[in-house]
Amino acid sequence: MLAFAVRRIVYSVPVLIVASFIIFWLGSASADPLAPLREKNPPAPQNVIDAETVRLHLDQSLIPRYFSWLGGIFTGNFGPSVVSTASIGHDLGDRFLVTIRLIAVAMVIALVLAVLLGVLTAVRQYSKFDYAATFVGFLFLAMPAFWFAILLKQAGVSFNLAVGSQAISTIGQASVPPPQGTGAYILDIIGHMILPTISLALISYAAWSRFTRASMLEVMNSDYVRLARAKGLSRSQVMVKHALRTALIPLTTVTALDIASIIGGAVVTENVFQWKGMGDYLVQSIRMNDVYATASWLLLAATVVIVFNLIADLLYGVLDPRIRYA
Amino acid sequence: MTSPEEIDLSPNGSRPAAGSAPAKGDVVLEVRDLDVSFPSDDGPVRAVRGVNYALRRGEVLGIVGESGSGKSVTSMAVMRLLPNSAKVSGEVLFDGRDLLTLSEAEMTRVRGSRVAMIFQDPMTSLNPVYSVGAQIAEAVRAHHDVSKAAAMDRAVELLDKVRIPNAAERAHSFPHELSGGMRQRVVIAIAMANDPDVIIADEPTTALDVTVQAQIMEALSAAQDVTGAAMVLITHDLGVIAGQADRVMVMYAGKLVEAGTAEDIFYTPRMPYTLGLLGSLPRMDRPSERLTPIPGSPPSVVNMPPGCPFGPRCPKHAGICDETEPELRPTTSSEHLAACHFADSLAGAEAGDVFDTEVADPDALAALAKESQ
Amino acid sequence: MPEITTQTRDPQVTTGTDREFTVGERSQAQLVFRRFLQHRAAVISLGVLIALVLLAYVGGALWKYDPGQYTPDNSVPPSWDHPFGTDSAGRDQFAQVLRGTRISLQVSVSVAILATAVGTLWGSIAGYFGGWVDTVMMRISDLVLTLPLIAVAAMLAHNFGGTWYLIALVIAALYWAYVSRVARGVVLSLREKEFVEAAKALGASDSRIILRHLVPNALGSILVNLTILVALAILIETSLSYLGFGVTSPDTSLGLLVSEAQTALTTRPWLFYFPGLFIIIIALTINFIGDGLRDAFDPQQTKVRQ
Repeated sequence: MLAFAVRRIVYSVPVLIVASFIIFWLGSASADPLAPLREKNPPAPQNVIDAETVRLHLDQSLIPRYFSWLGGIFTGNFGPSVVSTASIGHDLGDRFLVTIRLIAVAMVIALVLAVLLGVLTAVRQYSKFDYAATFVGFLFLAMPAFWFAILLKQAGVSFNLAVGSQAISTIGQASVPPPQGTGAYILDIIGHMILPTISLALISYAAWSRFTRASMLEVMNSDYVRLARAKGLSRSQVMVKHALRTALIPLTTVTALDIASIIGGAVVTENVFQWKGMGDYLVQSIRMNDVYATASWLLLAATVVIVFNLIADLLYGVLDPRIRYA
Repeated sequence: MTSPEEIDLSPNGSRPAAGSAPAKGDVVLEVRDLDVSFPSDDGPVRAVRGVNYALRRGEVLGIVGESGSGKSVTSMAVMRLLPNSAKVSGEVLFDGRDLLTLSEAEMTRVRGSRVAMIFQDPMTSLNPVYSVGAQIAEAVRAHHDVSKAAAMDRAVELLDKVRIPNAAERAHSFPHELSGGMRQRVVIAIAMANDPDVIIADEPTTALDVTVQAQIMEALSAAQDVTGAAMVLITHDLGVIAGQADRVMVMYAGKLVEAGTAEDIFYTPRMPYTLGLLGSLPRMDRPSERLTPIPGSPPSVVNMPPGCPFGPRCPKHAGICDETEPELRPTTSSEHLAACHFADSLAGAEAGDVFDTEVADPDALAALAKESQ
Repeated sequence: MPEITTQTRDPQVTTGTDREFTVGERSQAQLVFRRFLQHRAAVISLGVLIALVLLAYVGGALWKYDPGQYTPDNSVPPSWDHPFGTDSAGRDQFAQVLRGTRISLQVSVSVAILATAVGTLWGSIAGYFGGWVDTVMMRISDLVLTLPLIAVAAMLAHNFGGTWYLIALVIAALYWAYVSRVARGVVLSLREKEFVEAAKALGASDSRIILRHLVPNALGSILVNLTILVALAILIETSLSYLGFGVTSPDTSLGLLVSEAQTALTTRPWLFYFPGLFIIIIALTINFIGDGLRDAFDPQQTKVRQ
């Protein structure tokens, strides 16, 4: 098991390195960090532009620039931002903590919802409940993430107006300034998280729920579930111990594969609820042609995706004895 | 080849002597007028049509038929393991109770403890994520309130009884680590776990290598010895049944077409289909005989026309066969039943007398070969 | 439950009268078509989608207002004259939504076709040749898949995008990797199928195997995926437009219309709801059609009419 884990970790390092180069190359090729300066009216003096060129390492060619960026990352320096006072590493770190909170909670909600609905619709296949849940699932699959988030936000505003409190916050990831006391602080954070996490979870659960349903149906028709029934186990014992346990294994892989699109969904959701998270940072960086910030953002996202897939692979090895030590 | 009467599978001798009328208390499982149909795009598929049989304590009852003849569906209906879309009617009397009318909870108590089942494909019958020991122990604990450790001990004991070497060690193996034959022994051990009264084995050797088949049949005999259970042995292979079954039933198109003792079926069959089955079986004792294949294939059981379903393939076919479907009627004895309008005229017939040895049309074969290129 | 086949070969009758036991053989296309028709949601969706496409292209051309044309009515709610109301500049929202629908459909259909073509080719080559070719090609696909699509698309579109076909190109450039994975899986599983081995054993040529066995069997999965891609692309385009990296004026898309209207949700809600509704209807109907196609093509049809 340990050897398997180590092998998988070692294996993902080259993937990450190649990914980092592609990210850096794409970022550099698609944006000119000096463009805003040049297009300024009146134009910035040449000496300012020259100084920026040197500060942003634009006097070097792509390859050395890439290696100095990559080397810097190991020492915590993610390269110079176009905003000369900003530290990319510091900003990304802060915002990562905000966003991972949203993603983690939303994913847990989405997974619970997906498994619950997936199992129920499989057990009651072709029932009214199955049709209704399927339709709702398809509806969320067809819903633009931000459109739904905006509606939810509006509903939150109306709710607050109706009850005359700010229990459900609709703007930002926390109150500014934060309330005094640990209890109040935590409540404040939770109040701000309610709408964005619900929004992201509902947009994300449907595909997993469909998958769980299909997987359950397949297992429920399997020979070993029939044998488990022939043994004299009750329907519920068979469902939990045999069907669910086996049907959920492939869901780990599917969830991990979808993490990239969840991050994408988080970017949009954060923008609707005006969180100062990674989504907002990405949009700003792209707008300002902040090449190092954009590349660092993408590298962080790619790392998260790769780590999630790594965890899913290891988990799969634990859950399915056929894979173990393979 | 041993003749059936030379094999005595029940050590306690409770089996009634062949030919004698069974005492009423001897019947452990009785199926009456069993009908099963499935809905389909083209109307109901009548998979089982009015099947009747009684299984006596300790005996082995063979059910033979081609795939699609309804033999597996019959046993799944007895276990109540058919999908909900199946429409089942009739009675399945076990221990004086009709299994078809039991509540799901009551039926759960019967399954595995009183009536156990062995399925065809050992490669898919076991859950891949649990050790085989755990899967046997689960069967024990489903009906007995014992500790996990005690159930596991019992599992090892059972594995030993089906002759799995190093049972204590093997109990911790996962299914994918075992061969097909080994896995089928595990499935047999699961069936034995609660000393059932009836074991239904649905094509237990079909998915296995020929070399392993004999070992599995041995393990099944051992299972019967240990538990004293009566066994329903379902197969499409008369050879498998020959040495094992006390009585044999032949199914065709969802119906019983012949039933009797093993001797009746093997030596004095009274239904052309049974004759055909025997004629297509290679026999060691009569090497000079040609095999006689049955032409055609079984009918679809959707929208069946009136008349005998075997009619279109039958060499004895006559006008009456298209009009009325023959009833199952006693022939040589009250035990030996056959459903054929010409049952009496078949006395003493051999397969070669009725079927042609060469029915394959050379032109059709050539056309087939051409098409597949 | 054993599958109840409706195809049975005629019993080769050698004696007696010829009696019909079979329900008749059906061709693959007939079966697919028949099964699709049984999927009620898919059939309704197909009708709705066709109506919507006609409305966008034919209705848009016939409508009395042009998109972008300023009318004297500013910010009027839906009426007979302006079914979807007007915006603050007096533009007829119905005409705008129809134009947005056209562009959104163009973007998403282009994405689906481009990504399917490239991805299928990429995935089948990898799956067919196997070995190191497969390893290298699929690593590249995996690499593309590790990047959040919206983020990369936003980055590329910010500097190259703006017009609808460039946006389509950017999205397709990221989606092909997803398709390649599916295509590879299909090719791999088909390669191992008994009927392919049987055809090989009979001495069938490679081209015959590919044309008679692989293509018809892979067609279903590819078509289903193509359908679903259309729905995915329309949503991605919408998200990009919302973030400000999608189609830009003078082009318009449903996504752009909604994002422009987001501040008007309370004051002029019609501007927000109608384009959003169109997005949902398009994506929903396409997903249902994809579902119907999947059921229709699935050779392991186990659904039994209740």
